[in-house]
Amino acid sequence: MTTKIQTRHLNFFYGDHQALFDNNLDIEERKITAVIGPSGCGKSTHLRTYNRIFQLYREQRAEGEILLDGKNLLDPETDVLELRRKVGMIFQKPTPFPMSVFDNVAYPLRLHFHLKELEIRERVERALQGASLWEEVKDKLHASGLALSGGQQQRLCIARTIAAEPEVLLMDEPTSAIDPVATLRIEELMNNLRENYTIVIVTHNMQQAARISDNTAFFYKGRIVEAGPTKEIFTNPKVKQTEDYITGRFS
Amino acid sequence: MKPKSLRKRKFLNLASEVFSLCAIAVAVSAMAIILATVAYQGWHALSLDFLLRRSAPYGAQGGIGNAILGTIAITLGASVVAIPLALLAGIYLSEYAHGKLACLLRFSANVLMGVPSILVGLFIYTAVVVPTGHFSGMAGSLALSILMFPMILRTTEEILRMVPNSLRESALALGMSRPRAILGIVCRSAAPGLLTGILMAVARVSGETAPLLFTALFADSWLTGYFTQPTPSLPVLITEYTTNSPFASMHAAGWGASLAVMTLVLAINLSTRIFLGRKVR
Repeated sequence: MTTKIQTRHLNFFYGDHQALFDNNLDIEERKITAVIGPSGCGKSTHLRTYNRIFQLYREQRAEGEILLDGKNLLDPETDVLELRRKVGMIFQKPTPFPMSVFDNVAYPLRLHFHLKELEIRERVERALQGASLWEEVKDKLHASGLALSGGQQQRLCIARTIAAEPEVLLMDEPTSAIDPVATLRIEELMNNLRENYTIVIVTHNMQQAARISDNTAFFYKGRIVEAGPTKEIFTNPKVKQTEDYITGRFS
Repeated sequence: MKPKSLRKRKFLNLASEVFSLCAIAVAVSAMAIILATVAYQGWHALSLDFLLRRSAPYGAQGGIGNAILGTIAITLGASVVAIPLALLAGIYLSEYAHGKLACLLRFSANVLMGVPSILVGLFIYTAVVVPTGHFSGMAGSLALSILMFPMILRTTEEILRMVPNSLRESALALGMSRPRAILGIVCRSAAPGLLTGILMAVARVSGETAPLLFTALFADSWLTGYFTQPTPSLPVLITEYTTNSPFASMHAAGWGASLAVMTLVLAINLSTRIFLGRKVR
């Protein structure tokens, strides 16, 4: 078992407001790690440091170390474009680009690789299959990505992300805007994706965390209260706060 | 607790509905009256001959063909200058600018938008016409482009701001550089809105008169030199024919030209709607 991402003494600031305090967390390779905790506890903030997407906002700032395969990704020397190819992200609301289904998935391929048109077609198909969307869209590849249903759009975004051949998938509440049936399909999909990708998922849904994750980290007020194998966290939490949250005593 | 009187609320509801309907009726009827008057008065003057022939001194047997071409040339020239600059500036304001600089830029754009168009014409007169020694279509274009710039700038900024940040983030999260994410994804998703803003500005300035009086001036000739010669245009033709002429035939021609301008602007607006309608579907 290897550690893919090691977070060491991570502090995070929105302007003067500190949102994360001394976060330390190990993310295991090819496992699903669930990040849980009440609203505003810093789950998403933590996740958004792994691909440095927070840098879009000038007042946001991270301190500390996040080692991806042993290299500090917060180091200014780290190439952020390459980092984001390796560490893909799925957002709460599906965000298809305003173009066809095919072009949505082909976009990262054309962006990151030199490929012939034929290879692009093959890889688009493979990515759509990987996101278990192929059967539903194979006859309408040239329809707009915005014309798909919410659940399909989210799987399209997953296909688009895995087309770039990432190693890590960050998922920020990927099913919270989607109906229960579509949610189940995405959970099944994540189960398959686990074989090839390291997945970190932020979720509000405790059952979801229990169902799909191998490891769980519980956040509270910007601190990591407890982290470990999901089974232990859910059946035998060591900290009282974790137990209270999991049993629904506060949320 | 006693609930508020339902009767009063229903009455207020009805009253506000009636009031809004009246407001709409006033606005729409004003437009309808203008359209109808221009159509009625201009109709007699219109003929293929009238549209294709060049204008003649004192309106005798003249047409408005040269003025139509001139208006197209002047507006096109203004668009070529203003659209790229305004788009880039709008993108900068929405995506990059922040703090005091952004406020200053936004404020300047607002000030520019409020400058009377005749002042813009005078400015180009002193800055271009006087130094070069001649009125020209290009000077007219420059004046119009100054008017277009802040309009397109503001609509571009506002429309780009409406694009949700999640789209920006997901583009960047795929490993796109910022310029690529902005031009390839953000602007693309805002394209219908951006296009509307541009065409509204084009339609708006193509009917401007004041800035052309000191810059493009007018000529009864065809376009003999866009860069060096006075260039005819529909709005100036209308002004000249209807306000500075005692001849009934010229008044009629002025109405005809007004109808032509109105149709042109309407055509630009309608084609945008139709084009966008098809895109949305």
